[in-house]
Order: sequence, then C-alpha cells, then structure tokens
Amino acid sequence: MINRRDFCKKALLVAGGLAIPLTALEIFNPRRLRAEKSGSGKVRWVFLVDTHKCVGCGLCVRACKIENEVPYDANVTRTWVERYVVTKDGKIHVDSPKGALDGFTSTKIDQGAEHPLEIRNEDIDKAFFVPKLCNQCDNPPCVQVCPVGATYQTEDGVVLVDRSWCIGCGYCIMGCPYGVRFFHPVHRVAEKCNFCYHRISKGMKSACVDACPFGARRIGNIKDPNDPVTKIIMTERVAILKEEYGTKPQVFYLGLSREVK
Amino acid sequence: MKNHVLRPLFLVIGVVLLFLAARTVLVPADFGVHERGYMYGWYRKGNEAEWKAVKVKYKTVAYCKECHRDKYDDIKSSPHANIECENCHGPALGHPDDPPTLSIDRRREHCIRCHARLPYKTSGRGDIRGINPLTHHVEAECTMCHYPHNPKREVKK
Repeated sequence: MINRRDFCKKALLVAGGLAIPLTALEIFNPRRLRAEKSGSGKVRWVFLVDTHKCVGCGLCVRACKIENEVPYDANVTRTWVERYVVTKDGKIHVDSPKGALDGFTSTKIDQGAEHPLEIRNEDIDKAFFVPKLCNQCDNPPCVQVCPVGATYQTEDGVVLVDRSWCIGCGYCIMGCPYGVRFFHPVHRVAEKCNFCYHRISKGMKSACVDACPFGARRIGNIKDPNDPVTKIIMTERVAILKEEYGTKPQVFYLGLSREVK
Repeated sequence: MKNHVLRPLFLVIGVVLLFLAARTVLVPADFGVHERGYMYGWYRKGNEAEWKAVKVKYKTVAYCKECHRDKYDDIKSSPHANIECENCHGPALGHPDDPPTLSIDRRREHCIRCHARLPYKTSGRGDIRGINPLTHHVEAECTMCHYPHNPKREVKK
C-alpha cells in the first residue's frame, strides 16, 4: 500500500517529467540553428502590384494559366484580377468573372447565379482593378498546417507544393487567408502561384509580369538594394493585404484602397 | 522475467523495428528540415529541382526579335509597343522547331480586353480608347480595319 509521503513524491516526479518538453531531449544541432536564422540567402523574391496601372485586361491570367498548365476553362486560377466599383450610396461591388481570364469587357457586375448588375456611370464614385496572387508570406499559414510536409518554403521565400507528396487533404486551401490555393483538376493536389519558379530561377520574370502591357506587375529581389522593385518598396508608400493576420505577405501594393480585402 | 511478459514485449519491439525499417525505405533521403527551419522548411529537397525543371512556354519579346526584327521595330514604334508578341501569337514554346507556326488570336474578345469602353475615371482603363462591343461592327474582326501592330496606321488591304 502506498503511503501519503510516497504518493506525493511520485506525483511530483511524474509532473516534473511531463513538464520537460520533448525538444529539450533533442541533441543540439548548430547547423539547424543557423538554418533557422533567416537572412542567410542572397535572394528573397517579392512582388509589386501597381493598382493605378491595372486596366483589367486579364492578359496576366491568360499567360499564367497557359504557362503553368492550369486547365484553361476550369474556374480555378493561380492569379486573378478583381474589379471594385464603389457607388455613391456607399455600396462596394466586387467581381472577377472567371478570374478575369477574358478581362472585363462590360460595365455589368458579375453576381454569379443572379442577373448581372448594371451600374450607371453617374452613380460610380470610384472604380479600379486589383490583381491578386500568392503573397509568398514570410509566415505562411498554409505551410504550417500541412500534415505531411508536402508544402514548404524555399530559401528564397517561395512557397511550393510537392505534387508527389501531397495527399490532397485540403488543410492548406482552408488555411490560406487570401484564398490563393485550390485543387488542381488534373493532378488532384493542392495548387498555387509559385512566382513561376521555373522562370525566376532562370533569370526570367514570371509569366504574368511579362504579359502585362501596363507595367502593373513587377517582381524583384528585396535583398538586393539596387533592385528597382526594392527601391520602390523601400521609398514609396506601399501596402499589403490583411496585415492583421501576421502572415507577413511579400506582395506589395501601390495605390491600395481600403475597400480591398 | 516471466514468459507472458516477454512475449508481448518482443512483439512490440518487432513492430517498432518493422516501422523503422519501412520508414527508411519509404522516406526519401533528402526529406527533412531545410533552410527555413522545421516549421516552414520540412520537405523533400528534390522537389525544388522538379519545379525548376518545368518547361518555359512564354519566351518573351527578346526571343521573338532575334528572327522577327522587322515586326519588332513595327510594334515598338506604336501605341501597342508594350504588348508582348506572345499575348496575341500564343506562347513560343519550341518555335520555330516545334511548333513550326504559331496561331494568331484575332478574335474580337481578345481586343476588347482593353478596348471595350469602361468609363472609369479613377482607373487607367478610363483613358484607353474603347468601343461598345455590342454595337461597334459586331460582324467584323477588329483586324479587318485596325492594324494590330500599329493601330495608328491604315490597315493593309
């Protein structure tokens, strides 16, 4: 029979043992420690969107879909363009028919199953276009939630999906606050914008940047102080999307309006 | 120790060993913690190279002008100077070997991406010359009247 003194001793011992975190038992690894310190690499890809220049032609969406083999007519896309129309009664109308794959060719606002909404020109306070793409966050929530290590961030900051490793659970699609992830209809795994990793790693620009005739999209390396994109981000008034989420997005916007979420 | 204790113990040890053996076979050698640390960098390193090996389809104007210098000069002196060749002619891929010819997108839907009139004063779109696609020569292709490489010039009949 256990007496009270022994019971208290053993209970304290067990409680103490449970309090030791598993990481405390891990052997110290200086290489891993160095790896976890950010800033060792020479490249960190960032994106700059100038919403003043975007006219909603959708050539970026078209080029992206063809370059990255996302089925052209499927209603999924790695990048898309949103139209914001703010009317004098204070209402905000947002649409992006098929991700603006064929651009915006009508003043009517797409409302999905409902009839398109006709807005008279005199009722408009402001109207503008906002391209969206993966923010390649410094704290990517989509990577954290992956249970199998199929999505990850490279040293140069791009979040990639390992198609042979993804089990298609969809956690990352739910986890992204920007809604940039989707299921690839052919490969049946999670899919997302990767800044055209095959192009930027060859010294080219991403397909959407090359396709934009208005210079609304630019890509650069924030660790290079002489990069023109870095100079703009450092010296001009840029905004990011959903800063309050703490994801540290690396897609910067010029001329972002408060209506844009 | 008694037999009835040892037997399940051996079974448990066997299961653990089997699991570890299967793990070394199934998990690739390059799977593990990489540059971005455990939280963001736990993955199969070989996948980076797989993404880098994806074929480039849009070769950009620098590739086109090597052979089509005349067309390049043509468009560069026009209001359409910033439009990439491949936006209308399609991705170059392996042209001129494969495919030997590129298709040209002459559809009205392609032109009205920019030239359908949207009178938004607060966007650059409002400054682009545009038409109402539902009333402006509905039956015709734009290129019948407008020369796409230089819209200011008369179309060659």
